[in-house]
Amino acid sequence: MTATNEAIVTPVLQHDTPRSIADRMWHAFRTLPLIPAIILILLVVVGIFAPWIAPHDPLAQDLSKRSAPPVWYPQGSADHLLGADHVGRDVLSRVIHGARVSLVVAGISLATGIVVGTSLGLIAGYFGGLPDEVITRVVDVWFALPFILIALVAAIIFGASFGLVLTLLALLTWAPFVRFIRGDVLSLKERDYVALARVAGASHWRIMVRHLLPGTLNTMIVVATLRVGQLILTEATLSFIGAGIPAPRPAWGLMVAEARDYVATAWWGAAFPGLAIFLIVMSMNFLGDWLRDRFDPRLRQLHQGHS
Amino acid sequence: MGRYLVRRALFGIFSLFAATILVFGISRLTGDPLNLYVQEGGGYGLTPEQRKNITEYLGLDKPLLVQYFLWIGKAVRGDLGETLLDREDVLPIMTQKMGATAQLALAAWLFAILTGVPLGILSAARRGSLIDYVARGTALLGQALPQFWIGIMAVYLFAVKLGWLPATGRGFSDQSFWEEVKHFILPTVTLGWLGSATYVRLTRSAMLEVMDSEFIKLARAKGVSQFAVIWKHAFRNSLIAPITYSSLFLAGFITGATVIELVFAWPGLGRLALTATVNNDFALLTGIVLFFAAAYVVFNFIADILYALVDPRIRYG
Repeated sequence: MTATNEAIVTPVLQHDTPRSIADRMWHAFRTLPLIPAIILILLVVVGIFAPWIAPHDPLAQDLSKRSAPPVWYPQGSADHLLGADHVGRDVLSRVIHGARVSLVVAGISLATGIVVGTSLGLIAGYFGGLPDEVITRVVDVWFALPFILIALVAAIIFGASFGLVLTLLALLTWAPFVRFIRGDVLSLKERDYVALARVAGASHWRIMVRHLLPGTLNTMIVVATLRVGQLILTEATLSFIGAGIPAPRPAWGLMVAEARDYVATAWWGAAFPGLAIFLIVMSMNFLGDWLRDRFDPRLRQLHQGHS
Repeated sequence: MGRYLVRRALFGIFSLFAATILVFGISRLTGDPLNLYVQEGGGYGLTPEQRKNITEYLGLDKPLLVQYFLWIGKAVRGDLGETLLDREDVLPIMTQKMGATAQLALAAWLFAILTGVPLGILSAARRGSLIDYVARGTALLGQALPQFWIGIMAVYLFAVKLGWLPATGRGFSDQSFWEEVKHFILPTVTLGWLGSATYVRLTRSAMLEVMDSEFIKLARAKGVSQFAVIWKHAFRNSLIAPITYSSLFLAGFITGATVIELVFAWPGLGRLALTATVNNDFALLTGIVLFFAAAYVVFNFIADILYALVDPRIRYG
C-alpha cells in the first residue's frame, strides 16, 4: 500500500526540469541572499545561547552606570559596549536577551498559526460546501478587524502578559495560511493521484494528510517566512504601546518604549533594539521574497501590501 | 456590478457586526466586567451594596444576549456610554479628536502617493539605474523599520539635535501657516513611509508587468518615444493596484495612528485610545474600536468600488 502511494505521489512532487539534487542545491545556494541568511542564523544562535553570550544580567540595574555611553564615546567603557540605559542596565545584554524573547514569541505564535491555518485550509479546500463557506467567511471578516485596538481591549481586560501576547499573535497569524493553503488544495484535489487514492479506499483523513498536505508545503514555507517579519514588528508595536510583553522582560519594543523619554541624553537605549528589529524584519522579508520567487511566484500578491 | 457591490456591502456590514460581537465577547470573557473595579490592590473599593446598585443600573443582571442588543441599539443611535472618570458622553469626546487624526491620515496618504508612485514608475522605467536602487532601498527601509522607532529617532535627530522641527504636538491655533506645516512634517513622513514603500513596490511590479506586454512592444515598434510609452501607455495600465491600495492604506492607518500619535503626542483618536487603556476606560475604548472598525469597513468598500471601476472584468463579471 505504502509503496503504491509513493509511486503515485513522487512524480507530482518533482519539478518540470529534472536535475540532480546537488545541482539544485547549488543553484539555490548561489542565489541565496547571503547576508540576510547570516543575520537570521545569528539571531537563532544568539537567542538560544543568550545567557552565555550576554556580558551582563539583562535585568541588573547599576545606578552608577546610568546612561553610560557606548564604547566609542570618550567616556564609554568596554564593559558596556553599547552603553547602559537610564537605570544602568547593559544595552547589549538586553538586546541579546531580546532576541530570545522575539524568537520564542514568533516561533510559538507562528507554529500555532501554521497548525490552525493549515488544518482549516485543508478542511475548507477538501470538503468544500458549507465548511468551506463558513471558514472562508470567517477569514474574510478576520482580515477586516482593527487588530491593534482589539489587542488594547484585551490588554485592559486580562492585563498585559507574555501569554496574552502569544495568544494575540497566534490569533493574528492563522488567517493567511487558510487562504493560500485552501487555494492549493482546491487545485491539488483535482489531480489524478487523489482520485486514485480515493478509489483505493483511502479515508478522508489519509487523503488530506498523506496526499494533499505534502503538496502545500511550499506555500506553507513561503507564507510562514513572510509572516515572521510581520509578527516581530507587531509584537514590538504591542510591547511599545503597553499591550505586549510586560516590563522588565527585555523585549525590543518595550526597550524602545522605556528609553524613549531619555533619548535626548541616551539615544543608544532606544536606537539599538530598534536596529535589531529592523535587521531581523528586513532579513525575513528578503528571504521570504526569495523563497516566494523560487517556489511560488503565484503568491506574488502576498507581500506587497500591509500585513 | 450592482450585484457585486451589494455583496461587498453586505459583507462589510457583516464584518462590522463581527467586530462588535468580538469586542463585546472579550469584555464579558472574564465574567462580570465590574470585577475590573474591585480588583485587589488598586480598584475603586466598591462595597457589595454599591456593586449591586451599579449592576442593576448598567443592566448587567440581564442575559448576555439582551445586554448585547441593548449596547448595539444604543451605539447605533450614537449613545456610546459615558467615560469612566468624568461621566461625560463618549461620542462628543471622540468627535473632538477625529479632526486631528483625519488630517494626519490625509497628509500621510498624500505624502505616500506623491513619493511612492513616481518613484515606482521611475524605478521600473530605469531598471538597474541609481534611482532604481534608491527607490528599492527606501522601500526596504520603510517596510522593515518599526514606525515607532522611526518616529523617536526622527525626533531625536531633527528636534533635539538639529532643532529644525518641533518634537511633538500640533502647536497652537494662533500660529502661522508655516509653523503649522512644521508640526506636520515629522509625523507625516514617519507615518507615510510604510505606505510610500508599498506604493513603490506595487507601482514598480505593475509597471514591469505592463512594460512586458504586447501592446507596449507594438507601441515601441511603431516608434513611439520612450516618454510617451511610459507615461501614456504603461502608466495608466499599471494604476490598478496602487489605486485600490489607496483606500486600504487609509484603512490600515489605524495601527499607525495609535503608535504615531503616541510618539508625537498628536491629539487624535489613537492617543485617546491609549489614554482610555491606561484609565481602564472601557466605554471610551470600545467606542473608538467601533469607530475604527466602521472606518475600516467603509474604506474597504471604497476599495471594492474602485476595483470594479478600474477593472472591467469585475464590473461585468
